[in-house]
Amino acid sequence: MPEKFDAIVVGAGVAGLAAAYKMAQGGLSVVVIERGDYPGAKNVMGGVLYRSMMEELIPEFWKEAPLERPVVEQRFWFMDTDSVVSTGYKGQEWAREPYNCFTVFRGQFDQWFARKCTEAGAVIINETVVEECLLENGRVVGVRTNRPEGELYANVVVLADGVNSLLGKQLGFHQEWKPQQVALAVMEELKLPSEVIEDRFNLDPGMGTTIEIFGGGTLGLVGTSFIYTNKEHISIGVGALLSQIRQARVKPYDLLENLKKHPAVRPFIRNAEPVEYYAHLIPEGGYNAIPKLVGNGVLVVGDAAQLVNGIHREGSNLAMTSGRLAAEAVLRAHQIGEFDARSLSQYEEDLRNSFVIDDLKKYKDSSHLFENNTRYFNEYLPATNMALHEMLTVDGTSKKDKQKLIMQRLLRDSSLYSVGKDLYHAWKAMK
Amino acid sequence: MHMIVCVKQVPDTTEVRIDPVTNTLDRSSAPAIINPYDSHAVEEAVRIKEMHGGKVTVISMGPPNAIEVIKRCIALGADEGYLLSDRAFAGSDTLATSYILSQGIATISRREPVDLILCGKQAIDGDTAQVGPGIARRLGIPQLTYVNHVAGIDPARKEIKVHRKLDDAYEVVVAKLPCLLTVEKEINELSYSSLPNMLRAVRFEPKILTVADLQADLSMMGLKGSPTSVSKIFAPPQRSGGEICSVEQLVEKLLELHSNEKC
Ligand SMILES: Cc1cc2nc3c(=O)[nH]c(=O)nc-3n(C[C@H](O)[C@H](O)[C@H](O)COP(=O)(O)OP(=O)(O)OC[C@H]3O[C@@H](n4cnc5c(N)ncnc54)[C@H](O)[C@@H]3O)c2cc1C
Ligand SMILES: Cc1cc2nc3c(=O)[nH]c(=O)nc-3n(C[C@H](O)[C@H](O)[C@H](O)COP(=O)(O)OP(=O)(O)OC[C@H]3O[C@@H](n4cnc5c(N)ncnc54)[C@H](O)[C@@H]3O)c2cc1C
Repeated sequence: MPEKFDAIVVGAGVAGLAAAYKMAQGGLSVVVIERGDYPGAKNVMGGVLYRSMMEELIPEFWKEAPLERPVVEQRFWFMDTDSVVSTGYKGQEWAREPYNCFTVFRGQFDQWFARKCTEAGAVIINETVVEECLLENGRVVGVRTNRPEGELYANVVVLADGVNSLLGKQLGFHQEWKPQQVALAVMEELKLPSEVIEDRFNLDPGMGTTIEIFGGGTLGLVGTSFIYTNKEHISIGVGALLSQIRQARVKPYDLLENLKKHPAVRPFIRNAEPVEYYAHLIPEGGYNAIPKLVGNGVLVVGDAAQLVNGIHREGSNLAMTSGRLAAEAVLRAHQIGEFDARSLSQYEEDLRNSFVIDDLKKYKDSSHLFENNTRYFNEYLPATNMALHEMLTVDGTSKKDKQKLIMQRLLRDSSLYSVGKDLYHAWKAMK
Repeated sequence: MHMIVCVKQVPDTTEVRIDPVTNTLDRSSAPAIINPYDSHAVEEAVRIKEMHGGKVTVISMGPPNAIEVIKRCIALGADEGYLLSDRAFAGSDTLATSYILSQGIATISRREPVDLILCGKQAIDGDTAQVGPGIARRLGIPQLTYVNHVAGIDPARKEIKVHRKLDDAYEVVVAKLPCLLTVEKEINELSYSSLPNMLRAVRFEPKILTVADLQADLSMMGLKGSPTSVSKIFAPPQRSGGEICSVEQLVEKLLELHSNEKC
């Protein structure tokens, strides 16, 4: 007779581990099934982990978790082919407890988080693929894995199986994601001594910087790039909507190579040795793509539920919060001993009342707006660069004439009306 | 049938780096795995158990984190696991290692007599292939090395028949139980662990045996019991790459070689 647990979690990413940790802490018997060799083995993230959502699970985790650098500065670059307009914020309060966010390596962080789950009483099974959910009378009662005697039963199954979520699809919770609902991101770890990183990024020892890059790096595709500092590595990556990558027939790796050659990027990564290369999908469908989240005996969390805020490169925090809220709903259902969709629906309600759905709703039209109107990436970012170039290049032209020139160039290809309209739409999508 | 399998935790040599300054293995650079030959030894023991009944016990000497390789063996279907771990064992060479393991096996078999001991042919880090034979010698039992097939076991007559791999043939040998086998990888294909065994493995806690649990002579273990001294460790010289040529050139070269050989 196969073993029965209170809960099965599919996937040991941050969403699954958050759910498992909370449920195990609440006294439930929990098994996590992960297809990788170990938790974190297959998980890709640029590397910014947000303190507040992790702390809701493990207070003061930064005292023991393997972290790279607390982020004390966030820079934003608006890039053209060989220039950049930059802005940012650096604050000492981010260099102190309780911090704002950290760079991390998921390979290390997830293993640590998994150990915390084990200590709380959860059982983690690696190298095992869940092939399908077991259904009885329209409710999920367990899972079947790819191993001999591979069935397991539970009152609840939490699907934390990441962006592809074949299991959610099997249950009919969502369709195959459309190419405009996922971004393909590639990134590299480049090795450099920590003092060199601190010099180049103007950092106190141990502190970190992030740079989010719009335009330039993505060859006109809708997407973003990033550069993050770790202890002895720089993470550099670029992502763009799958639909656009296909349409433009570019190889994702070429996007990254192009970014690395950009004159604003090059000095930061000079002589750095590439040590790892990753490629991974990011859900970018946003609010409109959120699948069904709750069924009889089943809940969906994290990337599997498309919970990513692409504009702010937040994913791990939405994953953790959704995992935690799902666990809380399961704990309540456990008390009344009922696990149908109605008893578990508290999860969806809590999620809607949290920042997760609020934020996704706020940006629900943004990536479509940028996808459908390539002027934002192809014209306005270069235009901003051009404008500053003109204003700051001292060549004897009066400032008044320069402003005139900038306006003329800005309006060469579009009318004042359409520029104004685009800006208004962008403001509405982001506000 | 009570079988004991000796398993060693080794660095994954496909990923290990040689420290260019000291020329020693940088063990921290590679994840620890079970010696690949030893997992085949466990698999064989489990298959024998499935056919003849009995119990499979694994034993490993190593640091506390070698618990992981024992858990791995539980996933492969072993029933029981012991870790021999003590500061007194540190620095043991093959002589001392086989002494400690034989004492561990003797301790276990005082409670549960052992019929068959299995080892890997060799460890992929030390590579000496001495530990198995060393154990057999100390326990005073027959040793069958380079076994690539177990042809049959007769529990009633306490006999085992195996194939031993030779350079260009194999040898069929019958031996009395209890005896010790060292196995080749081709003896079997590893099965995919069942889910119940995976669950048992993650929850499994091996019994730890220290010096105090063995009736052993302290002077025969650790550095004291190890006559081997390492004078130099170095990375072998890089092989120079071969020559790349077209098929036509290759044919010409072969013909040339051929005619040279003739005359
Ligand atoms: C390049 C890149 C950069 C990013 N940068 C950031 C960032 O800086 N900050 C941030 O917050 N977010 C970032 N994200 C997003 C973030 O990585 C994800 O949102 C987050 O990892 C989601 O966690 P998750 O647990 O839902 O999914 P995952 O971490 O993907 O975990 C899913 C797990 O399920 C396992 N699995 C899948 N199917 C099965 C199955 N059938 N059986 C068993 N196991 C299965 C997988 O092996 C995997 O371990 C980035 C993403 C990418 C790709
Ligand atoms: C020249 C040399 C110097 C060394 N110096 C040191 C040293 O200074 N300090 C030190 O700590 N080590 C040292 N070692 C390593 C240690 O002596 C050997 O690794 C160990 O004795 C096993 O020998 P092996 O790896 O050659 O195993 P082999 O004899 O090749 O192993 C054959 C089989 O024996 C069994 N077996 C071997 N070791 C174990 C074990 N530990 N537990 C359970 N089963 C086992 C396995 O079934 C294995 O497949 C040295 C090794 C060499 C070759």
